[in-house]
Amino acid sequence: MMDLTPKEVKERSALRVNPCKTCQPVGAMFAALGVHGCMPHSHGSQGCCSYHRTVLSRHFKEPAVASSSSFTEGASVFGGRSNITTAAKNIFDIYNPDVIAVHTTCLSETIGDDLASYLMDIDVPQGKVMVHCNTPSYVGSHINGFYNMMMGFMNYLTKKSGTSNEKTAVFPGWVNPGDIRELKRIASLMNVDTTFFPDQSGVLDAPMTGKYVMYPEGGTTLDEIKGLGDCEGLIALGEIIGIEPAELLKKKWKVPYALLPMPIGVTYTDLYISELRKQSKTEVPGELEKERGRLVDLLLDSHQYTYQKKVAIFGDPDVVIGLTSLVLEMGMIPKYVITGTPKEEFTRKINALFDKYGVSDCVAKANKDLFELHQWIKNETVDIMIGSTYGKQIARAEDIPFIRAGFPVLDRYGHPLLPIVGYIGAIRLVEQITNALLDRFDRDVSDENFEIVL
Amino acid sequence: MNVSILEERKGSIANKRGKGVSCERESVSGSVSQRACVYCGARVVLNPITDAYHIVHGPIGCASYTWDIRGSLTSGEDTYRNSFSTDLRETDIVFGGAKKLTAAIDELMEKADPRPKLIFVYATCIVGVIGDDVEAVCRMTEQKYGIRCIAVKAPGFSGTKSQGYKLACDAIMTLIAPHKNQAKQFGVNIIGDYNLSGEMWIIKGYLAQIGIPVISTITGDSSYGKLIQAPSATLNIVQCAGSSVYLAERMQEEMDVPYIKVSFFGIEDTTSSLLRIADALGVPELSQSARAFAKKKTAEVLPIIEKYKPYLKGKKAAIFVGGGFKAISLIRQFNELGMKTVVVGTQTGKKDEYEIIGSIVDEDTIVLDDANPAELERFMIEKQADILVGGVKERPLAYKLGVAFCDHNHERKHPLAGFAGIENFVREVHLSINSPVWQYVKGGAA
Repeated sequence: MMDLTPKEVKERSALRVNPCKTCQPVGAMFAALGVHGCMPHSHGSQGCCSYHRTVLSRHFKEPAVASSSSFTEGASVFGGRSNITTAAKNIFDIYNPDVIAVHTTCLSETIGDDLASYLMDIDVPQGKVMVHCNTPSYVGSHINGFYNMMMGFMNYLTKKSGTSNEKTAVFPGWVNPGDIRELKRIASLMNVDTTFFPDQSGVLDAPMTGKYVMYPEGGTTLDEIKGLGDCEGLIALGEIIGIEPAELLKKKWKVPYALLPMPIGVTYTDLYISELRKQSKTEVPGELEKERGRLVDLLLDSHQYTYQKKVAIFGDPDVVIGLTSLVLEMGMIPKYVITGTPKEEFTRKINALFDKYGVSDCVAKANKDLFELHQWIKNETVDIMIGSTYGKQIARAEDIPFIRAGFPVLDRYGHPLLPIVGYIGAIRLVEQITNALLDRFDRDVSDENFEIVL
Repeated sequence: MNVSILEERKGSIANKRGKGVSCERESVSGSVSQRACVYCGARVVLNPITDAYHIVHGPIGCASYTWDIRGSLTSGEDTYRNSFSTDLRETDIVFGGAKKLTAAIDELMEKADPRPKLIFVYATCIVGVIGDDVEAVCRMTEQKYGIRCIAVKAPGFSGTKSQGYKLACDAIMTLIAPHKNQAKQFGVNIIGDYNLSGEMWIIKGYLAQIGIPVISTITGDSSYGKLIQAPSATLNIVQCAGSSVYLAERMQEEMDVPYIKVSFFGIEDTTSSLLRIADALGVPELSQSARAFAKKKTAEVLPIIEKYKPYLKGKKAAIFVGGGFKAISLIRQFNELGMKTVVVGTQTGKKDEYEIIGSIVDEDTIVLDDANPAELERFMIEKQADILVGGVKERPLAYKLGVAFCDHNHERKHPLAGFAGIENFVREVHLSINSPVWQYVKGGAA
């Protein structure tokens, strides 16, 4: 497996091998699926839409419905105005969504399609809306696409009525439905009335009823999105994915925000809860304190097996920052920490964590690929890897225990239903990491040292 | 949910009583089509070439989504299981990406070990628009390094997935054309089998037992060295006709290699295919040997079918696959099991294939070209299908409808071809249809 990867690392400037990112439109599609009654629409060639739906279906093990402008040669020469106009009519006629959320692709961006003006000329049925955002595939990564779609919705729909709706908006960032459920549970324990945007829970983890509905019950409603401008405050989770939409809401409607890291691990979950406390001005309920206590208890019980263990973490910036913080809390050494997304802010955040915990000889890099990570591992190996499914080839080639977290996870089941955020999510991760190390210990240990009790 | 059918789509839906289904048309804008694009078609055909470097020239997405997606197995190198791309950025879009492509190839040639023999450069959607001369870069690479470097100009918008298959076939012809004058040798090429779950190996094994040598395989478990021997074969056997019959036709015309279409799904098609291959080679002993072999193998699998038949007889199947030829095999296989096919859809079926389908299904079976989820849903419910055979995007849809599922596409985890595949197929269909999970689903919360 992966016999190709040479040990010697040489600088590459043009060739990307085994990417740790994908393109903007899939992020836009995923964000749009977190809106109730929404048909995400890909304005480009048919393959884009098909690929994005496939990867989302493979991750969530759920249908991911989206439509395409199905560009032809003609559209790429004369522009996609007639495609989007026809598409809008067909979609409202046949699939009857409340909203069509259009994102662009590399093709429609390069030929210069002006979606804002096309949409203005479309005859949208009464009570329905269309929104759009620009998602050039050659800028940033899928992370940019995610927040660009959030901003597309906010640009088109948000208002300020002058009367506060006394709610706190929460931008959960790119997480699984199980995470959103946990973040909501914590907010409700803290007695904070929230609007989560976007919210894929209930959409990409819709329960089995024996009936297929194209628009399941979940998702942020259009009214909730409109009301974002009337919120008292905003908690944006994920410092990389959250900053731009948070700034937009502040600039547009003067909604103050707190930008927090993804609440993974003790410290970052504390930050989320303390921010919620500021909003609700109530004390942290005993239930949450006990959960935290159980997590710390587990960290203590397991620390002898995780202390000083070396780990490689890769994936999307905010999830990786959260995971790095958690493993440092576990006494581990985050030897290699990478994201494929080109954001230098990521490197600064991770380096700050290295400094905070006083670990040395660790590498943090943005805009990297998994081929290079593999090369680093070949030079100095790690005890465990954490990241998306795309790490499994390296894990097998180098025989390293591997925990799946982030996006995409294409080869395991149940993960979108369970959280990695909050104290409960951290308990789950600590269990997975510790037990993966212990499984490896049991596999490799000699018969005379093999023990029932560990 | 009651979903209406797009007016433009009505011609693409038929039952046997109506007129023929219209096919080979582009998808309608705004339709939730299950179809992919030209690049996808080209990539899936060429991807299984194990020692080729597949470089996607374009923004990163197309390289990410096609990284090791096909379960094509290899007995040799695993170069093709990596993902290479030029990851074009905004500056490249403005100033052109050809320089970056040249640099990427140079980086590859300097660093890759073993040294690449064969590179495919896929130009995706925007490459033509920004005016990169990919063919020139490939020509330069061939001159500079003395290797093969073939441009596959596959912008997604330039047709359907079938167009991509054609481009891939052209690329293979470009690769093998310089070797067309080699001496002929007795044996066949297996074309249009991608060795999913090792299926090609099964077929190759059967042919070996019958006494028929396999010269080259296109493209499952193939390599540069084996591919260039393909023109020396006496016969091409074409498995996935949708993707590869065009290649077989070109090889027949330009390299004097005749071809026959075969299918190894189900007893009926596997047996007749083996016999037809032997007959086409014109060696009577081989025909005898093929007959004896098929007879022996059929005797081995019949009891398996009989074992499962009581659990499956009378169940209704819906089929949604890429090519029409596969749909035909599947209908026959369900017939062998005493099951009835109630809905048949393909993404890229041809007119003649739809005619055959029409002749082997019942009067009221629904036939769809380029079906979308809404149509699939409507007809699966209307026809009360018990199982859907399809690909990755259809699986969750089937489950949501409370319908069993069998993956007959990239995500199949067991070989479904040949006699060995029959057992896997029957077992998979049985396991999904008769799983205890349906008790909780169909009854709802009791």
